[in-house]
Amino acid sequence: MVDAGGGVSLPQDLDQVQDLLGRGDYIAGRDLATVIYLALRMGRPLLLEGEAGVGKTEIANVLARTLGRDLIRLQCYEGLDLASAAYEWNYPRQMVAIRMAEAEGRAADVGSSIYGRDYLIARPLLRALETHAGGPPVLLIDELDRADEPFEAFLLELLSDFQLSIPELGTVKAAQPPIVIITSNRTREVHDALRRRCLYHWVEYPDFGTETRIVEVKAPGISAELRRQLIGFVQELRKQDLFKRPGIAETLDWANALAHLDAVTLQPGLVDDTLGLLLKYQDDIAKIRGSEAAQLLAQIQVGH
Amino acid sequence: MRSQDDCSQLAGNMVLFCRTLRRAGLPVGTGQVIDALNAVAAVGVERRQDFRQALRSVLASDPRHFRLFDQAFHVFFHNQRLLEKMMATLLSGSVPEQAQAEKETLLRRLLEALSPESRENEEELRVEADRTATWSHREVLRQKDFEEMSLAEQSAVKELLREEITLCEKTASRRFRSGSHGSRYDLRRSMHNMMRNNGQLIELSLKRRTERPPVVVLLCDISGSMSHYSRMFLHFAHALGTTGCTVHSFVFGTRLTNISRRMRDPDADRALSCVAADVRDWDGGTRIGESLARFNKDWGRRVLAQNATVVLLSDGLERDPETDLGFQMQRLKTSCRRLIWLNPVLRYAGFEAKAAGIRRMLPHVDLFLPAHNVSSLANLVGVLKSGHGARNTRYSARGAAA
Repeated sequence: MVDAGGGVSLPQDLDQVQDLLGRGDYIAGRDLATVIYLALRMGRPLLLEGEAGVGKTEIANVLARTLGRDLIRLQCYEGLDLASAAYEWNYPRQMVAIRMAEAEGRAADVGSSIYGRDYLIARPLLRALETHAGGPPVLLIDELDRADEPFEAFLLELLSDFQLSIPELGTVKAAQPPIVIITSNRTREVHDALRRRCLYHWVEYPDFGTETRIVEVKAPGISAELRRQLIGFVQELRKQDLFKRPGIAETLDWANALAHLDAVTLQPGLVDDTLGLLLKYQDDIAKIRGSEAAQLLAQIQVGH
Repeated sequence: MRSQDDCSQLAGNMVLFCRTLRRAGLPVGTGQVIDALNAVAAVGVERRQDFRQALRSVLASDPRHFRLFDQAFHVFFHNQRLLEKMMATLLSGSVPEQAQAEKETLLRRLLEALSPESRENEEELRVEADRTATWSHREVLRQKDFEEMSLAEQSAVKELLREEITLCEKTASRRFRSGSHGSRYDLRRSMHNMMRNNGQLIELSLKRRTERPPVVVLLCDISGSMSHYSRMFLHFAHALGTTGCTVHSFVFGTRLTNISRRMRDPDADRALSCVAADVRDWDGGTRIGESLARFNKDWGRRVLAQNATVVLLSDGLERDPETDLGFQMQRLKTSCRRLIWLNPVLRYAGFEAKAAGIRRMLPHVDLFLPAHNVSSLANLVGVLKSGHGARNTRYSARGAAA
């Protein structure tokens, strides 16, 4: 499965996608595998939304690692502009070129050369359009909801045509489109125009089976019995009326914490003491700590 | 070839048509009238579709106005006899049956524009029912049928908007644009200038921070006790959306409904009738605490992240002792930039913050507007419906009730 570029070739069916992600220690449900497969085959950007801590960003990391591609990451924030996201002219260098040309008495013809590719500093988006040794890179546009709407509008050209228009230079187009993964936590609604250009997937909390396999792979230090208990507890916890439900990241943190504490089984006291790893709002903790937690624990025991 | 008479009659009709549109609220100036005449001269009147499109491209420059334009066009040019009938009907006050059917399909704004003289008579006298104590646990599912907007209401909303905009001031964005009074150097522009001057640096260009239109979240109580105000408030919400602000609108009685998408319809009347059909809990009971909890949990993080201003229109008459209203208000307060509470109950004389709900909500509010803005909202509706409007002065002095 090695192509001319040195990277791994794209998966040919759904099972291969799951294998590929599995090799990167990422356990994906069939629905997620399907949408990743389609994004890869159709060469379309993939917009992933979901609660914090369900493994959206990790998908891009794993794809880059297992496909042997470069990962180019753009962390979004309010006010993110062209100069830090796409490209910037190298002004000091341009200035020096002008002075040199003046000194040599050919100032008149410097105008055309200082807006050449040599004077352009490529930022993540432009880098993603360049040719990479291992094949088209994985471009991760992380937490797009944190950027403002003008930036989103600017992305439209890139996402539909995989090109950037630079007024002084012309249009830069990718020879092969990069694999684009966009994530959003929904602190702002992403505009319809951008959604239209992407494949969309809502990343859900995993079910019991999937979460068990994730914990097996990512937190191997705990016993099977404890694993069953803690995942059962987290799954029950997600059904409660909480302000912020725990994600997979929290489950893994908790599993690792319990391993460090040499825990063998879940006890009410232990749960109360470590609840801060699962719940990050005081009201939620106050609600669950004590009798509620004990009740949930009892429920798991009965379920077993 | 057309006779001189035909031409002058057409010109006369066109002027009348434009004046009607203007009265109905479309921004049609003398320039547009001349443009319209020129457009008609260029396209001709032989094909009605072309004629209509030509006029519309000149006279209705905003999709919000298309519906009104189309109806006016229909009345004026599709059926000349209908126009005569309509005018006669509206002036005489008696409505023959066929005309009645036509009238129902026309927008109220257009009808009023057609009959400016009889506008006063049109307003129905209506007794205001005082339903401040209709809170109930029961969820009442009812359809709402909004009246269409009248001309007077339209201008009132515009008026109100002008005041309200100042409440939701613009915020500084982290984005820059070039400008002479900037605080940072714009190197890209400076370089362009330099190249234009054969490599001579004359002056560095500057860039300044841009401003971002405010994000406004409107939460409107539509329970029975608030039924007078919800319609006006929704009109206000719709108008606010056309000013460049990002507006998220929610209504709640016993359940919370996001109506933002519906409110994006360019036509206010159509937007409101869609909302009326969508929302199931009009004029029923109030569960303020529960609705706010739902908002905080499901929507707060999605719509409040960009420093939004929250405007809450509610009478605060929550009598459910079990509710964690105070806590939900506090959470709402901490996750938004400013929390403004418009409370129309304060227009009643002798109001004191006695109701438990109000007492629990008040400490968490940045701005409590009992008098001015709400009474203008409330009075507006009162004035339009009952025809007298001396309330404003009476309650504006009660600003210190908080």
